[in-house]
Amino acid sequence: MTVKNFKTLFENRYFIEDSGAFIVEKSNILDALHVIKNRDNYTLLLDMTAVDYLKKDSSKARFAVIYILRHSDFSQILMLKVYLDATLTLPSVTSLFKSANWAEREIWDQYGIQFQNHPNLKRILNHKEFIGHPLCKDYPITQGQLCTKTDDLMDEMTPLLKSKGYENFEDLMFLNLGPAHPASHGTIRNFVALEGETIVSTVSEIGYLHRGFEKSCENHTYNQIIPYTDRLNYCSAILNNIAFAHTVEGMLGVEIPQRAQYIRVIIGELSRAIDHLVCLAAMLVDMGALTNYWYLYNPRESVYTLLSKLTGARLTNSYMRIGGVSRDFYEGFEEDLRYSLKDIQKGVGDTLKLIAHNRIFHDRTQNVGIIKKDEALNRGITGPNLRACGIAYDLRVAKPYYGYDTFDFNIPIGSTGDVYDRMMVRFEEIEQSIYIIKQAMKRIPKGDIMLNNHSIALPSKQSVYTSIEGVMNQFKLIYEGVKVPSKEYYDAIEGANGELGFFIVSDGSGTPYKVKVRPPCFYAMSALPSMIEGGMIADAVLSLGSLNIIAGELDR
Amino acid sequence: MAVGAEAIFGNSVITTKLDSAISWARESSMWPYVFGTACCAIEFMSVASSQYDISRFGAEVVRFSPRQADLMIVAGTISYKQAPVLKRIYDQMTEPKWVISAGACACSGGFYDNYTTVQGIDSIIPVDVYIAGCPPRPEAFLDALIKIQELQAKKESIIKDRVVKNFKGKLDDSKKL
Repeated sequence: MTVKNFKTLFENRYFIEDSGAFIVEKSNILDALHVIKNRDNYTLLLDMTAVDYLKKDSSKARFAVIYILRHSDFSQILMLKVYLDATLTLPSVTSLFKSANWAEREIWDQYGIQFQNHPNLKRILNHKEFIGHPLCKDYPITQGQLCTKTDDLMDEMTPLLKSKGYENFEDLMFLNLGPAHPASHGTIRNFVALEGETIVSTVSEIGYLHRGFEKSCENHTYNQIIPYTDRLNYCSAILNNIAFAHTVEGMLGVEIPQRAQYIRVIIGELSRAIDHLVCLAAMLVDMGALTNYWYLYNPRESVYTLLSKLTGARLTNSYMRIGGVSRDFYEGFEEDLRYSLKDIQKGVGDTLKLIAHNRIFHDRTQNVGIIKKDEALNRGITGPNLRACGIAYDLRVAKPYYGYDTFDFNIPIGSTGDVYDRMMVRFEEIEQSIYIIKQAMKRIPKGDIMLNNHSIALPSKQSVYTSIEGVMNQFKLIYEGVKVPSKEYYDAIEGANGELGFFIVSDGSGTPYKVKVRPPCFYAMSALPSMIEGGMIADAVLSLGSLNIIAGELDR
Repeated sequence: MAVGAEAIFGNSVITTKLDSAISWARESSMWPYVFGTACCAIEFMSVASSQYDISRFGAEVVRFSPRQADLMIVAGTISYKQAPVLKRIYDQMTEPKWVISAGACACSGGFYDNYTTVQGIDSIIPVDVYIAGCPPRPEAFLDALIKIQELQAKKESIIKDRVVKNFKGKLDDSKKL
């Protein structure tokens, strides 16, 4: 790892843990992050999370906070870790990274760790009447708490308006966009103050679809978690499956068979394409261009048919297993795939014919909802939304996995980072995904689709029904789960919305000690207020749509 | 030239009960409000699009204003944070109104048996038809719609009040609200 400056400047004031994380003292964390960001060029704060060691090994401290950063060359990551003392406080790093703002709020909400000098430390996922911190190991998983009233958000709105020079609010109109609003694409709430039709200031409230993904993971075996991952970004369920399985396989130190890797590439790219389809279709509806919805949504139906033949489900596929994929391609798959790809290309082509040179479309999307490069990086935005700003960061190229370096494809990038660029990047990515699928289908080797390792892969049904070893093997794997050595590990793949990573803490058993997903939407969403303030309401709707916020992934 | 009913009946007179006539009108033009929160809402998009085409059953006029809708389709997980919103929107719908609870999460919490998920929306609002599945297939949505139509045609009457007077949800305690 190239953290020269940090090592020289912090000589004797840090040490490296087995996990590879750099441990620093609480008093040094701000300086350390400053050096790592500005001198060692780790400019992207990917994610922040905490671990409660109560039931593992709390000899050092009960809680630790972990910072995961990515280098500006986008290939290396660095983990920084701070053990907390009994006061459970830590200085906030929002002055260095804007992405830390919501991340720190989430840690406060879930673990009860306070961040000093945070601009607005309040709950983010749970409702405001919630008592306690659910991800603490001593909080019972099923203890729900009734919420009787929604937050009016004026505690955030008032100082925001005062800072903009508004003393009394008589001339302003307050409006809730969401949580039950057709253009909120799920359940996101944006509370706006309007002057005429112009948005003066915005407060976003999320958490309406918080479903306790992380707590549920701590109570299920690794393979049982795969259905939960389906429901994170449900528009591209398979990519979530892949990201999770890929991370656990990395912890086990195994590489899946070649054929399984190719299947993951093919089905993963297909998922990426249909994820973009639904985003673009919904956006065009928001713009009033309903015809395009049919053009873009119908190919998705044809992919559903293919996926339900292959995996047994249309939307939530649970196709991956730790160590490979659950089924091989069926007979006639290639023909179905060809047919589906043609459908997608036709839908995209028809839509582009209607909008590519359409004055109304251009006027509605160009120079609307702009995010600048530096702002995007500082907020931790990745994926198509970052590429639309002109930064060619794609994990498939920056840190290739599953042989992506052997495929020929381009990374489309935008120039201004407006709604138009974000849409066009997605249109082009669909083309590139199809191109990758076609190359992969030509080269896909024959062979196993699961690892040949009895401590990871389930035995064949034939051997379960006919031999005692097979029965025992099946029983142990189902009841106890795949045993993953004790580790703290982060890995990521390029999801449809950006870097989709999992940070997993294992304790050697078949159930993870902690799972934290790094949801690309969460960081994109925090940028929304800065994009829509000063614009019109109608533009705010488009800006939200163009970020492709999926509530399941946003709120987990 | 006349089409449809006019073409068949011409100038003749049909006698029927007012009850059946109104029920027939109701069942043929349900206006759904889709309270879509999660994965099930994506499947509802399929129901509305051309392959499954909900307009064959007269329910394609999806309204996102509760005051214009008479059928609420709760498609997705309802968290405790969302529950007051659901209750409020249900209360805003004018009577008569029907509710479909779509998918495992809305019906029972599904596999989200945890601190944040409401274990079945029937603890908040009354439900007429439940759909199983995670998410249910589009055919199941259509099946639920037909079940509501059957309810209207066979079991209900405009003379009878449809609202369940003795229903008391967890959020119905007026002091708390």
